[in-house]
Amino acid sequence: MGITRRKFLGWMGAAIGATTISGQKTQAATTKQFEGHPGSGGVLHDITRCIGCRKCEEACNKVNQLPAPEKPFDDLTMLDNVRRTDDKTYTVVNRFPNDSGTSPVYVKKQCNHCLEPACASACFVKALKKHKTGAVVYDASLCVGCRYCMVACPFNIPAYEYNSAFSPRIMKCTMCQPRLEKGLLPGCVESCPKEALTFGTRKQLLKIAKQRIQKYPKRYIDHVYGEYEMGGTGWLYLTGTSFAQIGMREDLGNISAPQLTAGPLSDVPIVVGLWPVLLTGIYAISRRKEKIAKEEQNEAVAATLSAANEEMEKKLAELKDKMEQQKEAAINLEIKKALKEAADQAKEDDGNAPADGPKEEK
Amino acid sequence: MDTVFYTLQDFMTHSKGITYLVMAGILIALPLFWCFITDRDEKKRTY
Amino acid sequence: MSEETTLTDKKIFTPFNIICGIIIVVGLILTILRFTKGLGAVTNLDHNNPWGIWIGFDLLCGVALAAGGFVTSAACYIFGLKRFHSAVRPAILTAFLGYAMVVLALNYDVGRPWRLPYPIFYSQGTTSLLFEVGLCVFLYISVLFVEYSPAALEWLGFKKIRNLIVRMTLVLTIFGVILSTLHQSSLGALFMIAPSKLHPLWYSEYLPIYFFISSIFAGLSMVIFEGSLAHRFLHHKMDETHLAESTGVALGFAKAASFLMMGYAGIKLIGIAIDNHWHYLATSWGQWYLLEIIGFVMLPAYLYALAAREKNLILARWASVVAVLGIVLNRLNISVIAFNWNLPSAQRYFPSWMEIATSIFIITIGVVAYRFIATYMPILYKHPDYQEHQ
Repeated sequence: MGITRRKFLGWMGAAIGATTISGQKTQAATTKQFEGHPGSGGVLHDITRCIGCRKCEEACNKVNQLPAPEKPFDDLTMLDNVRRTDDKTYTVVNRFPNDSGTSPVYVKKQCNHCLEPACASACFVKALKKHKTGAVVYDASLCVGCRYCMVACPFNIPAYEYNSAFSPRIMKCTMCQPRLEKGLLPGCVESCPKEALTFGTRKQLLKIAKQRIQKYPKRYIDHVYGEYEMGGTGWLYLTGTSFAQIGMREDLGNISAPQLTAGPLSDVPIVVGLWPVLLTGIYAISRRKEKIAKEEQNEAVAATLSAANEEMEKKLAELKDKMEQQKEAAINLEIKKALKEAADQAKEDDGNAPADGPKEEK
Repeated sequence: MDTVFYTLQDFMTHSKGITYLVMAGILIALPLFWCFITDRDEKKRTY
Repeated sequence: MSEETTLTDKKIFTPFNIICGIIIVVGLILTILRFTKGLGAVTNLDHNNPWGIWIGFDLLCGVALAAGGFVTSAACYIFGLKRFHSAVRPAILTAFLGYAMVVLALNYDVGRPWRLPYPIFYSQGTTSLLFEVGLCVFLYISVLFVEYSPAALEWLGFKKIRNLIVRMTLVLTIFGVILSTLHQSSLGALFMIAPSKLHPLWYSEYLPIYFFISSIFAGLSMVIFEGSLAHRFLHHKMDETHLAESTGVALGFAKAASFLMMGYAGIKLIGIAIDNHWHYLATSWGQWYLLEIIGFVMLPAYLYALAAREKNLILARWASVVAVLGIVLNRLNISVIAFNWNLPSAQRYFPSWMEIATSIFIITIGVVAYRFIATYMPILYKHPDYQEHQ
């Protein structure tokens, strides 16, 4: 019983140790501040300026050489349904009714180019990376097609070529990384006739956004979407309509994706470090217990054996005694008989013998 | 450690990579060390 | 062993073989379709629902239910519970085949299966929990193969290698437990990156612990369940030791699973409390959650307890069926049912019949392989040449 208790306490101690150590590690990783690549770019989308002309969609389709859509880009009936990005479309514009019942609101949707991208954190072959320009880029030559990035993305952006048998790719906005490298603007930004899209460094864009809010407090909601969401995104949004109204989630939180998984990831090495020690310990204890049990058993067997021997000897001795006594008694009896017979005979022979006979017996 | 990491993602890719190597080292070292500890014990079957 | 009798009265067109044959033919057709037309032709997956039952059932449930291998070998070789010895080999074999089926299913699910070695050998995405899972599954399936190999080597008669491997049992077992702890829990941690998609009742910072603990009783239950099937269909293959120990194994495992499941229900409660998610229990998702916890964790735990108290083998086997279904329900809840719960119902995922048929096909391959191996190799009995301690 002592061993079981000791064993139990040992496990408890190790478990507590593991959790505290790993907890500290997680914190160490997350309290360190990472500012992102210096001068990394982004786009400010001023939703109040968008008129839903779909010129950006058209430009995106052209510069990225995506397949031609079923309906032309000037067909605005496409706005009747709320759409998402797919394997043939990197960006979509959606129409939402306005809070106040006036003219509808148009919102462009594409990859937000997170500062700490969930897709990159989730990718197990580093096919998705945050580039120093600010773009989150994808390398199809590494992709296995596990689609974990699609599971991870909080904005539901990456799409997958489900109908390709041999070379399916993840498809998503690249922020026109090839154009940025040439010093050109992203296709959508360049094509926007209303300056609803502004390209710049994220720092600049944040300043501009806040200035606009300050200048026209009635026009905008006092929040730059993307400043902190999921640890911050490269694309920033200004709106006059509530975010819930225009399909932008406000419950994503400010914790970046790598931080979400930092805890379990840092528990992994602790398990590797401690489990061999613990398990070997448990094995050694159970072996030792077994050995002790065996020794005790051997001792017990030996003890019972010798005890049995003694008893046997004792019994034998007793038996011997008894037998001897019986023998003696038998002899005495015989003697007595003989004497008696002799005495009787003597009595018959002469009359003075009876007084001596019983004395002989004692 | 002269590499500068601008994102937590890059930092973790690097640090976890090294951690995985450390783990491999531990997994090899610990059984060998256990053999060293029990070297002088009476020879017995270890399954 | 009565090998002669089974070999002589062997018929090809048994109901078992006919059903298996049909499933395999359908499966092969679907396989061709999948690999020539792409995932879109066979599955109902879409851009919002990238993971379906091939991940939710084949991968998550497959790995959890194959935990019997590490649980049984740890109980026997590390914790020194020698009376479970005869259960080790069947459990290892089930685990090995289970993981083999998981890897097979993965080949169907990922877009470019020929690149599956990439994360390990070519481009390591170390921040991904999927990398951790992949690495551990790869290593563990190798360990399981080595752990299983003595049976095959005895069958083939390679005495020397067999003895060498048997000497490494302890190291292999410990390595197996480490790898299992890691990837079982990491499978749960996969979903920690998506708090905005998984329903709060299932999303928890304890997900990795939940997955690890539930995998242990999943493994225990699977050993009991699989034992009852083996008794039904492969009884003649079992030797006296196996038959004598099997009731003890089932009832011992039932007792362990029972207590563990109640503990699991307890930590699930703690998860609700720590996130203050009580109010969700009153919603319809809450009812579904309670069904999982009460109907498929606490109920089988109670049945196991009754079985252990009353030494009722039949009850233990029924409880194991409920417990296994509970694991399947839990894994599907997390990966499919309560995942993307906030999407409108038109955008939710439901598997196509071809996905389901492919899953059944893969399971059938596993069952046929088990039957073949257990028929010819010393799994349920000790090889006459190796009767000594091992």
